[in-house]
Amino acid sequence: MLGVLKGLVTTWKTHWRAPVTVQYPDERLPLQPRYMGFPGLMWDAEHDEPFCTGCQVCMRYCPTGCMFVEMKDNPKFATGESKRRKIVADFTINLSRCISCSICVEVCNFEAIEMTHHHERAGYYPDQVAGLPTLFQMSADHRAGVGQKPGHETRNLL
Amino acid sequence: MTTERALRTVDMHINVGPQHPATHGVFRMVLEVDGERVAGCTPYIGYLHRGFEKLAENEEWQEVIIHLDRTDYISQFNNELCYAMGMERLLGVEPPERAEYARVILAELNRIVSHMMFYGAFGADVGALTPFLYAFRERERLQRLFEAVSGARLMHFYFRAGGLKEDLPEGFADELRRMLPAVQHGIDECDRLLTQNEVFLSRTVGVGKLAASEAIAYGCSGPVLRASGVREDVRRSDPYSLYPTLDFDVPVGKNGDCFDRYWVRLAEMRESVRIVQQCLDRLPEGPIRTPVPRYPHFRVEPGEIYVHTENPRGDYGLYLVSKGGVQPYRVKLRSPCFCNLMALGPMLRDSYLADAVVILGSLDIVLGEVDR
Repeated sequence: MLGVLKGLVTTWKTHWRAPVTVQYPDERLPLQPRYMGFPGLMWDAEHDEPFCTGCQVCMRYCPTGCMFVEMKDNPKFATGESKRRKIVADFTINLSRCISCSICVEVCNFEAIEMTHHHERAGYYPDQVAGLPTLFQMSADHRAGVGQKPGHETRNLL
Repeated sequence: MTTERALRTVDMHINVGPQHPATHGVFRMVLEVDGERVAGCTPYIGYLHRGFEKLAENEEWQEVIIHLDRTDYISQFNNELCYAMGMERLLGVEPPERAEYARVILAELNRIVSHMMFYGAFGADVGALTPFLYAFRERERLQRLFEAVSGARLMHFYFRAGGLKEDLPEGFADELRRMLPAVQHGIDECDRLLTQNEVFLSRTVGVGKLAASEAIAYGCSGPVLRASGVREDVRRSDPYSLYPTLDFDVPVGKNGDCFDRYWVRLAEMRESVRIVQQCLDRLPEGPIRTPVPRYPHFRVEPGEIYVHTENPRGDYGLYLVSKGGVQPYRVKLRSPCFCNLMALGPMLRDSYLADAVVILGSLDIVLGEVDR
C-alpha cells in the first residue's frame, strides 16, 4: 500500500511538468547551427556560376560512393568573365545513400559544397537522387534560413 | 492401485532472436531449457557484420573514423578518442591542451549518454517501461549538446589526429555548466525511480551471478568485470589523456549479479559528472589542433601500436598497423561487448528462462560492436 502511494506521489509530481516532446510534423525543434544534413552546392553570385569545378575529389573520398561528378570547360573562362577554367557539368548525389558525414565538405578545395540542414528525405522509392538544380536549391534554402557566410571554418581539414 | 511411471522429460530448444525486442539488436541465441531452467545457451552472432576491419584497410587514415563511429554506435566519442590517440602515437604528435580537455569532456558525457541508454533498456527488460522515458529525456539534453558540438547527433566524426575537427561552439562551457546540475538531478531521479523498486530488486538481485575469477577468465571488462568486484579500469590501470590528473573513483560491485552491474553503471554516471565538472573548471583557451599534413601528404610512419580506452562497455582496444601509406594496413578491434558476451553462457546456466532477458540486458551489448 505504501509503495502504491509512493508511486502516486511521483506520478502527481511529474504530472505538472512541462512536456519535453513536440508534435513532430506540425511543430519542430530547432536544429543546431552546425547541424549536418545532406550536402548542397553553393552558388558564386559574383560570377553567376557555381563554385564547384567538378574536380571529383569529393566523389573519390565519399565513403558510400553516393556522388557522381562531371567536369566541363567553362565557357565564361573563354570570354574572360571568370577565372575558373573548368566548371561542373553534372553533379548528382544519391541522398538515400548519403550518410551526412561531411567528408566531401572537408576535402573540397574550392569551398563549393556545404552541409545543409535538409534532412527529411523520406520517399516511396529507394533512390532519391538530387541533381544539380536541387543541390543549388538546397544550399540556397539553407543560406536563407541560417545566414552563414561562405567559407566556413570547417573546410580543408582532412 | 497406483501406477508409478517415471516422468519422461526432454530438453526443449527455444530460439530467441534475431528479431526479438529483448536482444538489443540482431542477436540470436538458442536456449536449451529444462522446464523453467536454462540448461545451455548457444549464441549466434554476425547478423550485423559489415566488415569494418576490411573497410578500414581501404580508407584513408582519417576517414576510418566514420566507421569507428558505427562500431559501438552508442559511445562514438570514446571510439573516436581511441583511434585518434592511436594515430597520434604513430605520428608522434600531441594534441593541444584544449583539445585534450574537450575530448575528455565529450567522452565522459558520452559515457553518461550510453549508460542512460542502458538504464532505459534494462528497465524495459525487467518490465518497467517508465524508466525508458526518463532516461531518454535526460539523454536528449546531452544529445542536443553533441549536435551543437559536432553537427550530428550520433555519427559525430569530430576527433581527428592532432585534435578536433573544429573548436567547441561558442558558449559551450557555460551551457554545459548550466546543464550539469540538471544532468545530476536526472541521474538522481532515475536512481530513485528504479534502484529501490521492489519488483526491480526481486528481478535482479542474485540473478545471473558471475564470479570474479570467471569474469577475468572470460576476458570481461568494464562494468561487467567491476560488478564482480574487480577494480579494473583502463583509465586507472593504463592511464591515457588527462585521466591521471583527474580525481574520480572506480565503483565496484560485490556480488556480480544483475543488480550490481546496474548499480555500477549508475555510479559511473555520477563519476562522469564529476570528471566533466573538473575538466570544465580547467578548460583552457587556445588552439584545438596540432597541424598534421593534409591528404595526400598525410602519411603515417611504418609501425604498429595497440591503444585501448575505457569505453562505457569496457576495454576498447585498437591494434593499428601502418606500412607507411595513406591507408592503414590493418585495423584490429578488440571489442569489449564481444568478450562480455562470452560470459553469457555461464551466467545463464541454471537461471530461470524469464531471467535470460534480464541477464542479457545487464551485459549491455551493442551488436554493431560485437559483429562489426
